[in-house]
Amino acid sequence: MSLDQDTVKRIAHLARLKLSEERIKPMQEDLNRILHFIDQLNEVETGSVEAIAGVNMPIMPMREDRVTDGDKVQAILQNAPEVACNMFVVPKVVE
Amino acid sequence: MTNLAVKPSLKNDLIHLTLTEARYGLEEKKFSAVELTKAYLDSMEEHRHLNAYILETPEKALEEAKESDARLAKGEGRLLEGIPLAMKDLFCTKGIQTTAASHILEGFIPPYESTVSDNLKKAGTITLGKTNMDEFAMGSANITSYFGNVISPWKRVDGKDLTPGGSSGGTAAAVAGGLAVAGTATDTGGSIRQPAAFTGLVGLKPTYGRCSRWGTVAFASSLDQAGTITRDVRDSALMLKAMAGYDPKDATSAHIEVPDFAKALELGVKGLKVGIPKEYHLEGMPEDILSLWEQGKKWLSEAGAELVDISLPHTKYSLPTYYVLAPAEASSNLARYDGVRYGLRVPGKTLDELYENTRSEGFGEEVQRRIMIGTYVLSAGYYDAYYLKAQKVRRLVTQDFELAYQKVDVILTPTTPSAAFALDEKPTDPVVMYLNDVLTVPANLAGLPAISVPAGFSKDNLPLGLQLIGPAFDENVLFRTARVLEDAAQFKSFLRGHTS
Repeated sequence: MSLDQDTVKRIAHLARLKLSEERIKPMQEDLNRILHFIDQLNEVETGSVEAIAGVNMPIMPMREDRVTDGDKVQAILQNAPEVACNMFVVPKVVE
Repeated sequence: MTNLAVKPSLKNDLIHLTLTEARYGLEEKKFSAVELTKAYLDSMEEHRHLNAYILETPEKALEEAKESDARLAKGEGRLLEGIPLAMKDLFCTKGIQTTAASHILEGFIPPYESTVSDNLKKAGTITLGKTNMDEFAMGSANITSYFGNVISPWKRVDGKDLTPGGSSGGTAAAVAGGLAVAGTATDTGGSIRQPAAFTGLVGLKPTYGRCSRWGTVAFASSLDQAGTITRDVRDSALMLKAMAGYDPKDATSAHIEVPDFAKALELGVKGLKVGIPKEYHLEGMPEDILSLWEQGKKWLSEAGAELVDISLPHTKYSLPTYYVLAPAEASSNLARYDGVRYGLRVPGKTLDELYENTRSEGFGEEVQRRIMIGTYVLSAGYYDAYYLKAQKVRRLVTQDFELAYQKVDVILTPTTPSAAFALDEKPTDPVVMYLNDVLTVPANLAGLPAISVPAGFSKDNLPLGLQLIGPAFDENVLFRTARVLEDAAQFKSFLRGHTS
């Protein structure tokens, strides 16, 4: 499968990456090389094979439903680029 | 050997000791933890051109060394008391900048400590600094770091600067060049084993689940595993013992006992069945790699092991599977870098613009490429064709190993398809670069433990490694087999090749 430039732009937007015009073509070429390599997987017969998301995890452990952490407002905010009134600040999203 | 970029300073052989030797010297009061730490701090300063560290933490290291000396004086030294380590900058360290070698995390000061680094601290180690790496651990040559390339302490006869491998290239360069006794690393597709092989060190990727991933900056969560880069096999066994263990904060960490790995070291390989997978014999594999593999087989069979030809039929599909799954997981994991809660922010008029500006400026080329691939294979209409397909092939790769381990105890292969390459010879095609990991990726997909042992030299007189892959949670079989290879190879390490 090959990606056209519109698809590259669409994927970039989904990933919230800004691709300047001059970067679109090189990105398209790289992605197509990688996808071409990945296309080898089509040679493998996987009809009845069940997909796995991970390994060595026979059972997901359960933990007690109890609060074990919290009250860390300062620790959470300490790395934030912009803070006001104990909240993260972002550009206005509602008019 | 004459192929050295750094001349080990003969004035101070403390920087040549293995972890085991250093621990012994501390216990016997031959030197103090402060002296040992100072020797390394001096060496780090002298070899800054290798760019092995993103951040050096000398004051903190000396403080920790003093504490270690106090404990040692009271006869209360812990397992790794007083050992100066290099910490890959992927492990969050409380109060100390952690960047994953990315601009987007520059200046990030974690308010918490990763479980692995915390376990090591509790075993008495000293942290010398945070080591350079490929950005978000994505790379095989340590050339994608925002903080610049790492240079290997080894040099080829033509004098060119070589890659130490990646992504744990900073730790590898530090341990090989005498800038740390040993170091932490992580391995998602070969990021411990390949740099260890390129720099003549022992690199261990434990079983998936053996070490907690909590507090380690995530790349591909179903593949990432913390491990060790050390100067010998015994060091690796000791260090893993301290790092590993169940952690309720990581649901994928294994709730099983951590054995005393050091006890397995001298068991030998008599009667062990060693699998030789024919699919690892790649087309066009260089002669020096093939003869190293032959040599490895000979060493093990001379030590009493039985060689068994095996087949891992889906080996060829491991790398394409990896390049669907790892970017897919990465694109999800890296969605958190939004310029709002921590890390870099590049302003924008709208929230979306802020996200896009931040992420385009904050992530490097390779990371953006992988986010793009990952986003694509997870996007509507392509999920089944790529992501689901790769998850199915992953099961087949895993099953190949399960079948093989019905017949054999451990598998022997080369670690890399070549020796280290010069930094100015790096491939421009991303796929060619990805091929570096062709022999290491299958163990990640199957979650198996694997170790690289320095075993010989390339035609250019550069280190080469042999890889051992074991069944899940059987690191012991790796240690005992690796010890036999190590004994037989008598590999002259970068530092010892010149001094002993």
